[in-house]
Amino acid sequence: MPKRTDIETILIIGSGPIVIGQACEFDYSGAQAVKALKKEGYRVVLINSNPATIMTDPEFAHATYVEPLIPSMVERIIEKEKPQVILPTLGGQTALNLAVALHERGSLAKYNVELIGAKVDAIRRAEDRELFKKTMMGIGLSVPKAAWRVPLSEAEHIAEDIGFPLIIRASFTLGGIGSAIVYTREDFLAAARRGLDASPIHEILLEQSVIGWKEYELEVMRDRADQCVVICSIENLDPMGVHTGDSITVAPAQTLSDPDYQILRDQSFACIRAIGVETGGSNVQFAVDPKTGHASIIEMNPRVSRSSALASKATGFPIAKMAALLAVGYRLDEIPNDITKKTPACFEPVIDYVVTKIPRFAFEKFTEADQTLNTSMKSVGEVMAIGRTFRESLQKALRGLEIGRAGLGADGKSIVAKVDELSQRGSDDPEKKKLLEEVENKIRIPNCDRIFNIKYAFQLGLTVEDICRLSLIDPWFIHHIGMIWELEKEIRAAGKAMDVPLLRRAKRDGFSDVQLAYLTGLKSDAIAKMRKEHVPVTFKRVDTCAAKFPADTPYFYSTYEEEDESLPLSKKERVIVLGGGPNRIGQGIEFDYCCVHAAWAIKECGYEAIMVNCNPETVSTDYDTSDQLFFEPLTLEDVVNVVERTGAKGVIPQFGGQTPLNLAKPLLKAGVQILGTSADSIDIAEDRERFGALLKKLNIPHPANGTARNLKEAEEAAERVGYPVMVRPSYVLGGRAMEVVFDKAQLADYMRRALESGAGLPILLDRFLEDAKEVDVDAVCDGKDVFIAGIMEHIEEAGIHSGDSACVLPPHSLEPKVLEDLTRYTTEMALALEVKGLINIQYAVQNGTVYVLEANPRASRTVPFVSKATGVPLAKVAAMVMVGKSLKDVLAPWGKVIAQRKPWFSVKEVVFPWLRFPEVDVVLGPEMRSTGEVMGIDVDYGTAFGKSQAAAGGALPKKGTILFSLRIRDRAQALPIARAFEKMGYGLMGTEGTAVYLRENGLNIQSVKKIAEGRPNVLDVIKNREVVLVLNTPEGHRSRSDGFHIRRTALLSNVPIITTHAAARAVVEGLQQSRERRWEARSLQDLYKSGV
Amino acid sequence: MKAILALETGRFFEGASFGSVRETSGEVVFCTALTGYQEIMTDPSYQGQIVVMTYPHIGNYGVSPDFDESKKPHVSGYVAREFSPIASHWKSVARIEDYMKQHNVVGIEGIDTRALVRHLRTVGVCRGIISTENVKPEGLVERAKKAGAMVGADLVKEVTCGQRYDWKKDLGAHGPRVALMDFGAKFNIMNSLAALGCEVTVFPAKTGFDELKKFNPDGIMLSNGPGDPAAVTYGIDTIRKIVVHNEGAATPIPVFGICLGHQLLGLALGGKTFKLKFGHRGANHPVKDLTTGKVEVTTQNHGFAVDTGSLSGKPVELTHINLNDQTLEGLRHKKLPLFSVQYHPEACPGPHDAHYLFDRFVGLMKKKVTA
Repeated sequence: MPKRTDIETILIIGSGPIVIGQACEFDYSGAQAVKALKKEGYRVVLINSNPATIMTDPEFAHATYVEPLIPSMVERIIEKEKPQVILPTLGGQTALNLAVALHERGSLAKYNVELIGAKVDAIRRAEDRELFKKTMMGIGLSVPKAAWRVPLSEAEHIAEDIGFPLIIRASFTLGGIGSAIVYTREDFLAAARRGLDASPIHEILLEQSVIGWKEYELEVMRDRADQCVVICSIENLDPMGVHTGDSITVAPAQTLSDPDYQILRDQSFACIRAIGVETGGSNVQFAVDPKTGHASIIEMNPRVSRSSALASKATGFPIAKMAALLAVGYRLDEIPNDITKKTPACFEPVIDYVVTKIPRFAFEKFTEADQTLNTSMKSVGEVMAIGRTFRESLQKALRGLEIGRAGLGADGKSIVAKVDELSQRGSDDPEKKKLLEEVENKIRIPNCDRIFNIKYAFQLGLTVEDICRLSLIDPWFIHHIGMIWELEKEIRAAGKAMDVPLLRRAKRDGFSDVQLAYLTGLKSDAIAKMRKEHVPVTFKRVDTCAAKFPADTPYFYSTYEEEDESLPLSKKERVIVLGGGPNRIGQGIEFDYCCVHAAWAIKECGYEAIMVNCNPETVSTDYDTSDQLFFEPLTLEDVVNVVERTGAKGVIPQFGGQTPLNLAKPLLKAGVQILGTSADSIDIAEDRERFGALLKKLNIPHPANGTARNLKEAEEAAERVGYPVMVRPSYVLGGRAMEVVFDKAQLADYMRRALESGAGLPILLDRFLEDAKEVDVDAVCDGKDVFIAGIMEHIEEAGIHSGDSACVLPPHSLEPKVLEDLTRYTTEMALALEVKGLINIQYAVQNGTVYVLEANPRASRTVPFVSKATGVPLAKVAAMVMVGKSLKDVLAPWGKVIAQRKPWFSVKEVVFPWLRFPEVDVVLGPEMRSTGEVMGIDVDYGTAFGKSQAAAGGALPKKGTILFSLRIRDRAQALPIARAFEKMGYGLMGTEGTAVYLRENGLNIQSVKKIAEGRPNVLDVIKNREVVLVLNTPEGHRSRSDGFHIRRTALLSNVPIITTHAAARAVVEGLQQSRERRWEARSLQDLYKSGV
Repeated sequence: MKAILALETGRFFEGASFGSVRETSGEVVFCTALTGYQEIMTDPSYQGQIVVMTYPHIGNYGVSPDFDESKKPHVSGYVAREFSPIASHWKSVARIEDYMKQHNVVGIEGIDTRALVRHLRTVGVCRGIISTENVKPEGLVERAKKAGAMVGADLVKEVTCGQRYDWKKDLGAHGPRVALMDFGAKFNIMNSLAALGCEVTVFPAKTGFDELKKFNPDGIMLSNGPGDPAAVTYGIDTIRKIVVHNEGAATPIPVFGICLGHQLLGLALGGKTFKLKFGHRGANHPVKDLTTGKVEVTTQNHGFAVDTGSLSGKPVELTHINLNDQTLEGLRHKKLPLFSVQYHPEACPGPHDAHYLFDRFVGLMKKKVTA
């Protein structure tokens, strides 16, 4: 069955912005698919609202729509591009939901478009939990018992039948509200009542709990000839009860016997057939009772997933690419194995190493959030590591996580020092007892530090059995963690006398030089020296076949064995690009996008491009992206190993975000050449005093500032610069712990908290420019010339983290003089800093004066947005400059594009994970908390803004009532906004004070009670969806006021919330310009052609 | 304790002793299956071989009588990057270390098994010695060169049963009567037939055709087994006689061969066998059924193969090929109900994709019974 010839055009649906649970793995899968299908000669049309993706680069698909992922827009694209088929299985849940919605509104039938990969019936059978269970039971597979639509009268009876523990889920609630695990009959009724209350339709679902069972995933592929293969099995170290995205997972499965595994394999094939996924990859999840081996099927995803990206990276088998080829009719045996080239893809990869994935959390950004891990995913990224044993891969993954840990403990962190000290004491020492209790709790209740606490537990004297009983984790894993601790003890005992055999064992168990230095008292350098002399690192190849066949895949991992396989590819000079590591808030797909472009540009310049990264979700860790991929943690030790082994000419740290940038200095010290802007220039930009001196020399204004180590100094500095003041600890990333204080009392409160936390001194104070506009500028410089790539005007005022603000390019309200100053300052700073590559500068504009806030001589989060908005591939240009080309030469092919007037606006908007953390207040501030971004693009600002809002999931309501609830000092500013809404025909409603004020100013506004004033109150009108938009300005720092409840209720009721005037003004403008107009679908390629 | 694995090629690997402490020699082969280490250890086809497991953690879920494929381990030696010090499984009765010690299996761990596999892949399988004695590797290499060669070795006689016996008579099956020629049969061949209702009687490999005929079976199963098929002349002779019988019979006896049984059938039908460079051992081999065009993922364990070319002009249809190297994986007689596969439909370890072949065999036997 060769490929289908009745297809000419294929529409691929992307997954939209990065959110928790849907990250760059779908850019990886989508990009693979677009490439593969183009190569097969198909015309590929793509829709994805996320500009920070490789797949939306205009040279990727034939027509690229960076448009909202909403059914009406997709229908418009279908109408315009006339695809014969839609491939919805590569864009996560978003694409599947969209496919079903298109079917339901009749678009597919109307335009005679076929879904390939998975049909609507199959999607429904997989997604509808009731239908899924019935389908599985119909083919004789076991599923956890469940009952739907349980009324209170029968609840107890049904619960008895299902047995305890069981799970109660409230229907139609967001964020898991009303759900509970009930362990006993006594607790059941009360929990059931709470669930029924929480559900808007007063329905609950009861389900047998398989909490504590072993959890497995199989990645399965099927082709049109009904041939099925398993690509990879994955075992969750954390048993059932923790979302698989939040679990530490290991590939392949470790504790299944062959009969156990074959049963899961047979069942996963039966599942994919019964669900009816015709072609492509699916992920099937199982729970296995550790006492009996009984397997229950939990769920299946009829599409590629985060796990399939992991499986692809873990095995070297490109699932998404294969899924795309299978969807157009190929059979597995007709496609060659990418890696061996000679054998077919119709086989099951085997590996000769262990892969460990560890999730990365961002609780430091959401301190109020409940940090207990449960079935709702909370992590924002992940790291993967490859080692020859589980212990090695676990320790490599932990040091790759970039949470300041050098492995599994043994790194001198404060808690380690405490455990070290107390573990020496007697068993009835009260302090030790208290610590042990704490540690036991952290093992019993799943949380992001559990793995470390398991090790501390060993140290405090618990046994494998104790820890298994507390954690329900399989003894095999616990035993291996115990082995790491046993070895640690030996190393401690040896101290400075650690000999070569012990060093070898330590390295083979994944101990880092930093850990060994801590344990032995030797210097880290001394250990590195001894290691290089006696225990040299080796690199092994990932080849899908456990070395059975020769392979030339340039995909390597480090380990400590006898033989090294990483021969250089050619005599070309080699350049290393450092990736960004695990996704986190503030450092995500935007930086991976830049790294990928850098690798391509380096190749284009005639070098061999080498990528070092450890994030399995990304395009940069596709072995196809660079000439050689080293899947390694981004630590000094690991990077130096790659540099030395490959003999690379230099390293580029400027594309992967803060992570590699932090490595620049230590790498330089270790004798590695840093390409691009010098480490000294980076230091000038980061050091306040040096940077201040530079600005003074250049005569560029910046807000007054000061530094303080205690309250007195802080008060003096604040007096000097003037309130309001922006305060933050030095050396922070992504706006951690930044706040704006308006008076002495707030400053004292901040300083008290900062001093108590004991971290991050000294405190930096900056004059906060009130009601200033914030502007971001991205530029490239080669030391001689500067190219201003994009000037972005923020929609939210200064004071809100730039990563959390919406922005528009080109600026739509800045005066020519301001633009001139921005250009001049950027040029002067870039040249003064001798930038070679990218620089991003943030400015505030107040009353026509331009102030510099900060300069970052590296890739910024906005590089992909600017590239999409202008049509100039910024990261590529910068990378070429960094390897020594002149800016003039590099820009030559883009001269016309740069010169032309671009009759369109691009608006970047961001998305937040509020729904995952319902305990956290929905307020914007200097601390970045968004996870992803979208872009709206159109010929007028209003429509571009409207599209950006729709793409971010908050489509602007075209009619209805707007709720106003404002701080007193914000009310005057709201007047014109309210007037504009009224003029457009919206109803107005307000809480008492706001309503009175607006009424006094001539507006027709309805009053609604505050929470304490009785019912129905402001929360009721939101819950009942009587209002379509909430405009609420926060009362100040962390108050659990009415405002908090209003915002939280709106969030959980899916009513859009606006918390700043600037955003409200943008909404008004957007609605005025686009409310009456039909949105056109505009491809990037067409827009670029419209330049004049 | 230190242990050394030395190869006749001169290469040697120093690691740690595991399991039984002594010296052993054999043909060094590698197996890529991720699970099923106990099934592999007890598979009689591995008689005379030192098996290198490519997956680094071996023994994780311990050992259980349920995972035995014969009465005892047959490997000459077992090599892994790391044998598990802990057994974690509800069925487990012992750790792999206890089991290997109890059954006197020599193991070595801690060596760079990937480097070893890459070496074997390049030079082909070769003879080797594992020793825990304090000797120089150079001396071991010399002795490895003198170890018994696989080509020409009849290892069947070492593993076949002493006398005929009925398989799990207590199951009370009343289906087709199968005479199973035990060249080193894995338990699950018998179990798979029994699960389909067959009454299975196991015969020693040297059983002659007359005795088989006297038994009046509804079908004959030719089992898997170790060594060079060409050396099992008595087996080939018996099969040849079955073929001759069938050619003249109104209701021929269906014959199904697996692995060595397949090779012997190929030889009996006039074909030739040859030794593969490094064999097929694992649970992920793609095999295409040429009659349906479908691919199945199969378990394999063989160092020899039937030469496709040698069958031209013979009354044989090629039914299966290996997609990795295009070698022959299955054949059937053009007129008679004789068929065989090179791989293992009984799995254990490995996928169940090829189980349909047992149904096919039972179908042929039922046809004979009704005829």
